[in-house]
Amino acid sequence: MGGWAIAVHGGAGVDPNLPLHRQEEAKQVLARCLNLGISALRSSLPAVDVVELVVRELESDPVFNSGRGSALTEKGTVEMEASIMDGKGRRCGAVSGVTTVKNPVSLARLVMDKSPHSYLAFSGAEDFARLHGVEVVDNDYFITEDNRGMLKLAKEANTIMFDYRIPTVLLDTCGASVENPLQMNGLPISVYAPETVGCVVVDGQGRCAAATSTGGLMNKMCGRIGDSPLIGAGTYACGLCGVSCTGEGEAIIRGTLARDVAAVMEYKGLGLQAAVDFVVKERLDEGQAGMIAVSQNGEVACGFNTNGMFRGFATEDGFIEVGIW
Amino acid sequence: MGWAIALHGGAGNIPLSLPPERRLPREACLRHCLQLGVDALKSKKSPLDVVELVVRELENNPHFNAGRGSVLTNDGTVEMEACIMDGNTTKCGAVSGLTTVVNAISLARLVMERTPHIYLGFDGAEAFAREHGVETLDASHFITPENIERLKQAKEANRVQIDYTQPMQKNEKDAATTDGDSQIGTVGCVAVDNDGNLAAATSTGGLVNKMVGRIGDTPIIGAGTYANSLCAVSATGKGEAIIRGTVARDVAAIMEFKGLSLEEAAACVVKERVPKGKVGLVAVSATGEVTMPFNTTGMFRACATEDGYSEIAIWPSTKE
Repeated sequence: MGGWAIAVHGGAGVDPNLPLHRQEEAKQVLARCLNLGISALRSSLPAVDVVELVVRELESDPVFNSGRGSALTEKGTVEMEASIMDGKGRRCGAVSGVTTVKNPVSLARLVMDKSPHSYLAFSGAEDFARLHGVEVVDNDYFITEDNRGMLKLAKEANTIMFDYRIPTVLLDTCGASVENPLQMNGLPISVYAPETVGCVVVDGQGRCAAATSTGGLMNKMCGRIGDSPLIGAGTYACGLCGVSCTGEGEAIIRGTLARDVAAVMEYKGLGLQAAVDFVVKERLDEGQAGMIAVSQNGEVACGFNTNGMFRGFATEDGFIEVGIW
Repeated sequence: MGWAIALHGGAGNIPLSLPPERRLPREACLRHCLQLGVDALKSKKSPLDVVELVVRELENNPHFNAGRGSVLTNDGTVEMEACIMDGNTTKCGAVSGLTTVVNAISLARLVMERTPHIYLGFDGAEAFAREHGVETLDASHFITPENIERLKQAKEANRVQIDYTQPMQKNEKDAATTDGDSQIGTVGCVAVDNDGNLAAATSTGGLVNKMVGRIGDTPIIGAGTYANSLCAVSATGKGEAIIRGTVARDVAAIMEFKGLSLEEAAACVVKERVPKGKVGLVAVSATGEVTMPFNTTGMFRACATEDGYSEIAIWPSTKE
């Protein structure tokens, strides 16, 4: 094998009733971002640059839960977070609590490249952005009408959620079928906005990189930090591979999913897909999550135990695919 | 088998010439905290309770870089962070950016037990603390004269005090009180009971002269803190290096995937996964073993096991 490879995702956990036109729309965005990455790789841009520019594109599009189109906090505001890791040297950067920076992944990159630290958050991150003349906008810019509606539903769901736990024995005996609602992060799947977008790349030189960006959990507490900015949980890259995860943040953090894919390759000698499968099967318990990964050898892999994951892949030998289920 | 406990008060370039007035109070605190932890384990408190109460005690002591005695940001303020993890369930809680909460570790535990989330930061974490009636004090409570002095020196040298091995232009005598003594990063505790239940907890004020909003390794699961059914780990040193090295997780991963013992796995991580001079850790295993490796000049540490072994030390012990 060998050669470059790229994978993108727009979040794990998809409403099975998502209207077809929304599915098409999502696939088009994924395809567009994938093609951006492919062009960049063909012009020999290093992996870390490619993941940044692809995630910027995903952040700018309101379809997915990052940048514009981010899920809303319980107060109806947006708090974004992101992380990026360059497998070469395992350098990393992360931000949380970003409210006005147009592209959180680029701010994370700046933390990595232009600060003595790895992770900046909230007002400190915002100040750092202004210090470096990074593009900022009003918090309103990130909020979409769709998400305002979702927030309202999420708040309602939180108050009526206990209904789902009412025993359905009677209904069964009546012969009526009760749809067992899919849930993620405590929300019905119809209200859950898949968290995160991400991109992993191995370039023509065999260097891996990964980046993840998100608005977080719909109706989250202000100040809540999820897995996306946490190195080893939502994002990881080293000499062997690059990984970006999505799904239930708690499960991803506890399972240190992104690091575990690499650790299992490194310490158990598993190949990329076997490592991904192992982590999804063994490290999640009741948690629901998915991930994309690339290896230094030009392979791509993905795994998820959720109902669907928005994703796209391409390799140098011409393989290209975009999918949801 | 049997219970075991280990705790630390930070790894770094602790100069051998550390004057008694700076050494003795810390040794006394380590001794006191070790006894607290041992007594708690003997009275069958859960390891989760034990690590929390020991870290609370370390936070309250102004000689260590956590709670009162936390180092200062470049703005002269205190921003504390902490993390706790229960090995059995791998449930965890973390907080960052605290300015008035007296015991960050207890707030981290509250996040774990009373919210659907794992990690709360800054204003949101402070608001959560108030909602739950957690003890808070004016920010000035946490600031000590020593830390005001450390910040002043760091600014004069125009550095973030993280590069412990950076050669000082000043002479040795100055180095003892300027660079070396400031290298007190983090406190932590790990414990296992004789049923093999494990827990880890870490707490810190971060780096002297850090940027406001800077988050280190302490609250990042798998970096500064980790516990599962095999072992519990709390790390200290240069946060940025610990994050990249996913130190705490790697100790457990090497045990699990390569079949190494606790001591071997921890030594491997400290020697090979993080550059020299940047890390130390304390760890216990489900079978009651303890290890406290570091690649810095010293690490304030203490440990005890049920079979009667105990140790309180700062520099490498002579048997090494």
